[in-house]
Amino acid sequence: MNLIELHDICKTFYLGEVVLPVLKGITLSIAKGEMVALTGASGSGKSTLMNTLGCLDRPTSGTYSLDGEEVSRLSNDARALMRNHKMGFVFQSFNLLPRTKALGQVMMPLLYGGTHVSQKAAKQRAAAMLERVGLNDRMDHQPSQLSGGQQQRVALARALINHPPLLLADEPTGNLDSQTTREVLALFKQLNEQDGITILIVTHDPKVAASCKRVIRMADGLIEADELNGGGPS
Amino acid sequence: MRVLLILLASLTALRRNVMRSALTTLGIVIGVGAVIAMMEIGNGSSASIQKTIASMGANTLMIFPGAAASGGVSFGAGSTMTLTPGDSDAIMRECPSVRATAAVVRSRNAPLIAGNKNWVPSEIDGTTPDFLVVREWALSEGASFDERDVRNAARVCLIGQSLVRELFQGQSPVGQEVRLQNVALRVVGVLEKKGANMMGRDQDDILIAPWTTIKFRVSGTSTANIAAVAAVAGAAAATPRGQLYPGSSQGTFAARSAIQTKNSPIPVRMITVDQIIVSATSAKEIKDATAEITALLHERHHIAEADVDDFNIRDMAEITKVMTSTTDLMTKLLLVVAMISLVVGGVGIMNIMLVSVTERTREIGLRMAVGARGSDIMRQFLAESVMLCLAGGAMGIGLGRGTSYLVAKILHWPTLPSLEAIVASVLVSASVGIIFGFYPAWKASRLDPIEALRYE
Repeated sequence: MNLIELHDICKTFYLGEVVLPVLKGITLSIAKGEMVALTGASGSGKSTLMNTLGCLDRPTSGTYSLDGEEVSRLSNDARALMRNHKMGFVFQSFNLLPRTKALGQVMMPLLYGGTHVSQKAAKQRAAAMLERVGLNDRMDHQPSQLSGGQQQRVALARALINHPPLLLADEPTGNLDSQTTREVLALFKQLNEQDGITILIVTHDPKVAASCKRVIRMADGLIEADELNGGGPS
Repeated sequence: MRVLLILLASLTALRRNVMRSALTTLGIVIGVGAVIAMMEIGNGSSASIQKTIASMGANTLMIFPGAAASGGVSFGAGSTMTLTPGDSDAIMRECPSVRATAAVVRSRNAPLIAGNKNWVPSEIDGTTPDFLVVREWALSEGASFDERDVRNAARVCLIGQSLVRELFQGQSPVGQEVRLQNVALRVVGVLEKKGANMMGRDQDDILIAPWTTIKFRVSGTSTANIAAVAAVAGAAAATPRGQLYPGSSQGTFAARSAIQTKNSPIPVRMITVDQIIVSATSAKEIKDATAEITALLHERHHIAEADVDDFNIRDMAEITKVMTSTTDLMTKLLLVVAMISLVVGGVGIMNIMLVSVTERTREIGLRMAVGARGSDIMRQFLAESVMLCLAGGAMGIGLGRGTSYLVAKILHWPTLPSLEAIVASVLVSASVGIIFGFYPAWKASRLDPIEALRYE
């Protein structure tokens, strides 16, 4: 079964008199365990698609089923819970809480899970997750004491704390140098292959796109190309 | 537990910017501190004002005997003698709203002689030592007579400042002797100066002695006694009026038969007093005290509900009104000051919370992205502002108590610790946190996560 099923998704923004169609009927399915790159020029609608996939925004029309559940018409609170349980976000600018230790950053989503997790259990889970991304010696560091790559890995640990099936990454390597980009990408690949997490990366960087098995290119609110890399070398 | 986690998260958020949190709290700290200091100082001054007014007699009730009437002719208030020292003791014993009572026997227009001077005091009161408690009157010199002097009808007295001036030219009269209708009384103490009362009568023109001394040694009978006796039909034989001539053994009326005596027994002459003065525990208790005394005297005097009372109770309504309006005004004034400072503090909190929401837009967006609902965000910001306010309130209590302590210590102003003020400030600071934290929290909860994440 596919993790993501989009059918004829349209998103139109109404800015006063101006009607701005951004997504013009996207039909797409992504299976479990895929690692997909979403590329396209600025204004092609990939961010909007990403927001829709991330349950941050509702499509104007069309259906979106995530993990077998129709989510395009859910209420705000239900979508918040969906974001908590079914997906993790990684951003270009990391979006870590200032002056908060890495452990605290990773524990944060557990607060909103709807089920009670004791402080001790939360700490253990966060520590395990930080270990998973290779930061076991940086748990008590604040973002200002971490390098960009380390910060992104903390963000990754935070995204994965609830063991979501889907990881959405918005330009995850945009603020990283090539060395750390490689490290982070390797980590993504590892998570995809070992843990079976479905990963969707929005990127401009052809090198990042090339490391994914499938590349979807968008242009002008439509999918222009959807091709497999044929499992080529990373 | 969830609440605890939210509180923990807010605490972490507040700790991230200690300086800002501290400055925000300062508004509430000063507000609550001012409220508590004002309340304590205000309470203290209010209490001392009340004490002053109370010494004018605001707490005082006066019980007079009722009116006698004979053949449709009323003799006016106080013309029967129905009050006894026993009534006074019973009121003291059985009425909870009563602080002190004193039976008073009056003697009027009796010249007082000391050495080669004489003077007619405007007031000669025979009473018990509690008289001074009821009137809140202290002695400037010497000591009061005591219960034993009352029992023994001891020849002692206290005199007011005017008598000291008129009879002793300001010399200390303690230990000196004064003569009241040829009864020699030793002055044991001098009353403090009280000045004129509200009607302009000199209150210091007074002599106080044990009531037994005045009643049995000085007055013999008071004028009211005679009128009282006239009102009692068939009681003629018991009074001097019953005799046609002094010393004659021939009665005016025929001797009463055994049946007549049985039918209308001659009332046993009880020892009566002219007046009982009562001090209620506070001006507010005046009403309760009046009710309690009325009930007690009804019982003691065997007065049925339908019957006319044989006593009157009067209070100092005028002074009481002054007093309650003074304290009312004081409380209202303090309340207004308190409200203003807390509102100012609350606006400060709102200001900073709004800044904080704007500053943390990205954080809010992130929290929403990882699954926080609008209500979660709202709760967090509310918790933050309430915690700020409560912390401010706690510090404010310390500041307020400290200030009032220092004021009492250094300026010697009267202060009175007020538990109500503390409870009220905690409640008010929590409500200020909720009320003024609500708008920023609501604003935060309504943010669009996409916009918030993109916010620079």
